[in-house]
Amino acid sequence: MTFSSILIQLLNGLAAASSLFLVSAGLSLIFGVTRIVNFAHGSLYMLGLYGAYTLIELLGRTPLGFWSAVVLSALAVGLVGVLIELLVLRRIYRAPELFQLLATFAIVLVIKDIALFAWGAEDLVGPRAPGLSNAVEIMGKRVPAYDLLLIAIGPVVLAAIWLLLTRTRWGALVRAATQDREMVGALGVDQAKLFTSVFFVGAVLAGLGGALQIPREPANLELDLAVIADAFVVTVVGGLGSIGGAFLAAVIIGVAKAFCIGIGTVTWFGVEISFSKLTLVVEFLIMALVLVVRPYGLLGRPQAAQRVAAEPAPPFTVPSWSFALVWLALLLVVPWVADRYTAILLTDIVCFALFAVSLHFIMGPAGMVSFGHAAYFGIGAYAAGLLLKRAGLPMEAALLIAPLVAGAFAIVYGWFCVRLSGVYLAMLTLAFAQISWSIVFQWDSVTGGSNGVFGVWPSAWLADKTVYYYLALGLCGAGVALLWRVMFSPFGFVLRAGRDSPLRAEAIGIDLRRFQWAAFVLAGALAGLAGAVYAFSKGSISPSTISIAQSTDGLVMVLLGGVETLTGPVVGAAIFTWLRDVVARNTEFWRAVIGLVILLIVLLFPQGLVGGLKALAMRWREGRA
Amino acid sequence: MLTRNRLLAGAAALVALSLGGPAIAQAPIKIGEMNSYKVFPAFLDPYKKGIELAVEEVNAAGGVLGRKIEVVSRDDNGNPGDAVRVAEELLSREGASFLIGTFPSNVGLAVADFAKQRKVLFIAAEPLTDKIVWDQGNAYTYRLRPSTYMQTAMLVPDAAKLAKKRWAIVYPNYEYGQSATAAFKKLLKEKQPDVEFVTEQAPPLGKIDAGAVAQALADAKPDAIFSSLFGPDLAKFVREGQQRGLFKGVEVFNILAGEPEYLDPLKEEAPDGWYVTGYPWADIKTPEHTKFLTAYQAKFKDYPRLGSVVGYSTVISAAEAIKKAGSLDQEKLIAAMSGLTLTTPFGVIQYRPIDHQSTMGAYVGRLGVKDGKGIMKEWRFVDGKDALPSDAEVQKMRPKN
Repeated sequence: MTFSSILIQLLNGLAAASSLFLVSAGLSLIFGVTRIVNFAHGSLYMLGLYGAYTLIELLGRTPLGFWSAVVLSALAVGLVGVLIELLVLRRIYRAPELFQLLATFAIVLVIKDIALFAWGAEDLVGPRAPGLSNAVEIMGKRVPAYDLLLIAIGPVVLAAIWLLLTRTRWGALVRAATQDREMVGALGVDQAKLFTSVFFVGAVLAGLGGALQIPREPANLELDLAVIADAFVVTVVGGLGSIGGAFLAAVIIGVAKAFCIGIGTVTWFGVEISFSKLTLVVEFLIMALVLVVRPYGLLGRPQAAQRVAAEPAPPFTVPSWSFALVWLALLLVVPWVADRYTAILLTDIVCFALFAVSLHFIMGPAGMVSFGHAAYFGIGAYAAGLLLKRAGLPMEAALLIAPLVAGAFAIVYGWFCVRLSGVYLAMLTLAFAQISWSIVFQWDSVTGGSNGVFGVWPSAWLADKTVYYYLALGLCGAGVALLWRVMFSPFGFVLRAGRDSPLRAEAIGIDLRRFQWAAFVLAGALAGLAGAVYAFSKGSISPSTISIAQSTDGLVMVLLGGVETLTGPVVGAAIFTWLRDVVARNTEFWRAVIGLVILLIVLLFPQGLVGGLKALAMRWREGRA
Repeated sequence: MLTRNRLLAGAAALVALSLGGPAIAQAPIKIGEMNSYKVFPAFLDPYKKGIELAVEEVNAAGGVLGRKIEVVSRDDNGNPGDAVRVAEELLSREGASFLIGTFPSNVGLAVADFAKQRKVLFIAAEPLTDKIVWDQGNAYTYRLRPSTYMQTAMLVPDAAKLAKKRWAIVYPNYEYGQSATAAFKKLLKEKQPDVEFVTEQAPPLGKIDAGAVAQALADAKPDAIFSSLFGPDLAKFVREGQQRGLFKGVEVFNILAGEPEYLDPLKEEAPDGWYVTGYPWADIKTPEHTKFLTAYQAKFKDYPRLGSVVGYSTVISAAEAIKKAGSLDQEKLIAAMSGLTLTTPFGVIQYRPIDHQSTMGAYVGRLGVKDGKGIMKEWRFVDGKDALPSDAEVQKMRPKN
């Protein structure tokens, strides 16, 4: 690269960083104050783009029309944020940690279908910014004038937020709530209003980030998920709740990507390295690196302890033998009475049940949330497939060795992850999952690249779908039983002690990290078993088994069923899989329907389905007594 | 959509009852269809309409084997695991006779492998991957659309004619972009051995940093560019490239960019003079296309996209296969598909016995702007059979069953 290309790529990186910073700043503000991991933030960004497009068409392609459209669209998105806060989130602030994530996940689905309904499926290419549609010559190269404006907008917004936070009463309250929101509440501040206003500002920033992109990016339906992952990464790399950190992180990531593209393909010691392909994963590599070195991000501080966000999780109740046996009997009988497809759907459900229970094992009792649990599910699936196809092992051997491979990866990833806590831990698991995903996605000669591995069918004696269902039921059932058993062993109690009071646990001489590490590995291995069973039931494996979507599905299942109950994740897996099967079949806007059903469950049962039903049963019994 | 289908079916049944036709008394033949409707709606909404139109026409002409046909559609969520599950559901619960559909390569390949295992016919509609008929080809899978290789091969003669030496390449980083690039490099090198590929950019699908990519390409000072971008990536690349002067004095080749799905969003910014494959629907005057166009516009009050042609032709293929087989027996259907010849809006096609690829062609031309809309000009139709490698090469790639 010549000096001039380096300079231009630097400008490109800064321009890309600008919108990313706006979105991430909003996310960071919202998380800082409300502790909500707002999955729908990318959807707000997407709405910002669509809104700006429509408003420009209405107001005209003049400078005035363009800029009023951008501002109005951002404000409108702010109102959408307020609506979300008032109608949904306000009702579930006291639910168990992360439960709000489930609600925002549902909102993502609903907004996506609303956008499809309102704006149609075709990509909408907005106009160039009037008055700024040309390029400026810099060192003989042309840079769009609009990019230069974007580069300036980033620091201006940073300064504005900084002033707002440090020079106004509202800002003081926000900073106070970020540090200790219970204390702010105790001092008589109306938290409800504060939260709503923070949501408004956060959503406006997301909307503005989107609207400003309209000359650079067509409005399309994939934007929400494309942006949300990057925004999380920026927020976490910068340090949660730190606006300056978010700016720094956005610049680092934006510039790093631009340079990967600028460098292109190079040959080092005879090996060709494509930096261009690295753009697939570079932000996650940066995040992994930052989190390993700085556990609270670049400019973040350790999270303040939450005191009364939710009641401490109640102890688990052991399901009775009769209860378990009845269900087992039912599951065994089903293939005899139902049609062939029921066994196939149930095979999916038992795989996901073990996947969800293994995630719950580290999330619930051990208190370590994972956003990247699909890594182990997918690695298990790939291990099974590759051992069969490439190593030529018999299917049975591949099936049994696969969990060990997943466990081995969990040993490595877990070692780093258990050093962190809270959302930082969750994001590091996500980083490892994405790194695994990108390797699988790129390594054509071994993993089959983006296509995956085919012909992963079980041995002849298992080829029958009913027989395979029994195998899946046996293996996954045993996995679930093992995890449940471990929860009530001394090992499980140690984990719970570590979750409820790490200080006291350490004080009585427990080496907490070692136990958490072991839990991580056990959960990873069993997720791998679920993945291997899944792979052989499908006959093929593709990178989507390691994708963010798969990880999110796991989280949704656990939260839907209820993180504070033992059987919740199993019920969540069953309901979610079944719902998708039924709803996707019968409705055109099935995503919105699933989203609405989840929202309904969220609002009716803030403890998750099983938790909510238990509470209902309890009340009924009390009423009778 | 399903409900509408049911309504239509219900209405048809009522009419049939009042007329008392004996043929209708039989249940319709069900064809299982799956696609990633919610993941690629821009392509698949028109595709679905094409399917509806074809079903209506087939049934209006008396159906096949004396029975109506019904296409039962499912959303596979763009996920191979889900696709295999819905495929099973279509076969075992809905009683579908065989399978059609799919869009992304990985889903298409997964369903193809499933079809082989389950020994049922699968007509892959959309997936462009070469592997589905070649490296991973199997006896039960046929594919309609011209593949990545074919679309690339259609552009190579024009590329070679220009005799440009320095080529830059940009492609979405997954199978489709990778194979398009590999095929282009191989084919151009054969025709023009002194060609030089000066840089390659592989942005992630849907997440191109267009400014940085355009700059990196410009830095390599290419004489020409080969791109396989589409959708939002293409729109972003076009805009940044134009603003940065990347395309000045540089010839650009972009497969698929002439398809209305990807061309229409560009409106007046459609890049003038690009060599593309696509579908100039308004200018095709062949009788079979005119008939399709008239019927489509009458039914939907909208113009067809390429997806519409694909959906329509897939169902017609399925119906013709049943007719030729004279039964719903899988082995007979497979045998009927081999060498099956039929008329589509793009003319007569044949499903080649050698590799199960149809000879459906595509339109090759250059982009232009007319009345604020992107159009294809100087276009010509290239028959699919002229864009395929020699039989010997195909046989080498395709596994013997």
